[in-house]
Amino acid sequence: MEKVFNNIAVITNDEGYLESFDQWTPELAEEIAKEEGIELTEKHWEVIHWIQEQIKNEVALTIRGIKKTGPVDIKTFYALFPKGPLKVSTKIAGVPKPKSCI
Amino acid sequence: MKNLVILGAGTAGTMMANHLKKRLDLSQWQISIVDQYKTHYYQPGFLFLPFDTYKESDVVKDKKDFIPKGVKYIQEKIERIDAENNEVLLENQIINYDILIIATGTKIAPEEVEGMDGPLWQKEVFDFYTFEGAKNLRDKLREWEGGKLVVHFTEMPIKCPVAPLEFVFLADDFFRKKGMRDKVELTYVTPLGGAFTKPQATQELSYLLREKNIEVVTDFNIERVDNQKKQIIDYADEAVDFDLLVTVPTNMGDALIERSGLGDDLNFVPTDKNTLQSKAHENIFALGDATNLPASKAGSVAHFQAETLTDNIELFIKGQALKKEFDGHANCFIETGNQKALLIDFNYETEPVKGSFPFAKLGPMSLLKESVLNHWGKLAFRWIYWNMLLKGIPIPFVGRNMSKSGKQLK
Repeated sequence: MEKVFNNIAVITNDEGYLESFDQWTPELAEEIAKEEGIELTEKHWEVIHWIQEQIKNEVALTIRGIKKTGPVDIKTFYALFPKGPLKVSTKIAGVPKPKSCI
Repeated sequence: MKNLVILGAGTAGTMMANHLKKRLDLSQWQISIVDQYKTHYYQPGFLFLPFDTYKESDVVKDKKDFIPKGVKYIQEKIERIDAENNEVLLENQIINYDILIIATGTKIAPEEVEGMDGPLWQKEVFDFYTFEGAKNLRDKLREWEGGKLVVHFTEMPIKCPVAPLEFVFLADDFFRKKGMRDKVELTYVTPLGGAFTKPQATQELSYLLREKNIEVVTDFNIERVDNQKKQIIDYADEAVDFDLLVTVPTNMGDALIERSGLGDDLNFVPTDKNTLQSKAHENIFALGDATNLPASKAGSVAHFQAETLTDNIELFIKGQALKKEFDGHANCFIETGNQKALLIDFNYETEPVKGSFPFAKLGPMSLLKESVLNHWGKLAFRWIYWNMLLKGIPIPFVGRNMSKSGKQLK
């Protein structure tokens, strides 16, 4: 479906995740974050770039992966992206949320 | 004489031994397979053991019985792979290889979560991913009088990602038949955004949880198990009470991979997702649960991978380009209780959808839909596993790559 964030039109799935990463821009990330009630700071950007790098390398995103090699500790990750940090941070990063096989 | 060495004589390694024995010139190649353990477990059976549906003898055989003649079986602990020198250091000897296949699987690591392997471990906190765990849980369920049963998994990736859901469905059925369903509160706790995470499956299958009166807690990233209060607690300080916890701990690759410096954070081997060649060394290949591929960790996946990898080993020996063939194909039965099951067939690109399998219109199996026939398929699968899959015999009409025929794709 088409979704418009402050004049930026993109195609998302039913849950608001971008259909393709090609549409992602830093400006768009700011807008998606606003919708989630988050003002992006430098720490947020570190996490977003780290997530994008993981996805590019086809590494599964997990909370423990963040604990082991991520840029912030888990408590900070929760503070930056409250209520389901992986779900929220992936949406802002323009990548699919972590899934199972069904 | 050249050496091809397979590490691990589980599902994937055993299948590779059987394939390669038929395909390599044995006057030039010595095939060896190394595993420190004696017993081959039928792991899908661990789901049935706790409910007394399977007996211990249904899931246990001797590894040696499935290693073909002409392949050297070495039962010894593997200390380390020295990839720079093409050597594997075993407990009592060093073996050289020209080609190495890593099939050392994945293990549960309850020690990764604080308190998980604490005083209640194997008493009121159980896994069912090991033979001992499944057996201990069976003994507990035989006498358990009811209360809060929480079924939980720690994080992805786990072997057979549908198993915890199947467990909760079968638990509902088990207590119903025992006449004590009203005494049990069933809760399913997942780190993901829902019990189902793919759009089609969510749409088609969410009714199962409602119908069976299973409460679902989502986005729960466990931090610790409180053995005193009998709670699991997540990083957002949310707590879930339990009387009996059935959990799937963090799954990790074998510690050997870490000792050898060949793994990622979870000791899985970085592997090319289409050729199955390891990313670090061109003469090392990996398949099954030991890899970091974004495919399901399941026996069916190892089976399809083994067919591609056998071809690629041949091509590698001839010095030819490898086939970028493996597509993430998985095929899994999912028990839903009440003598019914679902079947899903999918790959890297295509999510599980409705349809018929393996033939369009004719079926006879139905995809993403409960049926009695699928349940019989799951039960028949044990025979197929011991008698066909491990021996490397292809399953009729089910190819290594996923077929779109019969699938209702958008």
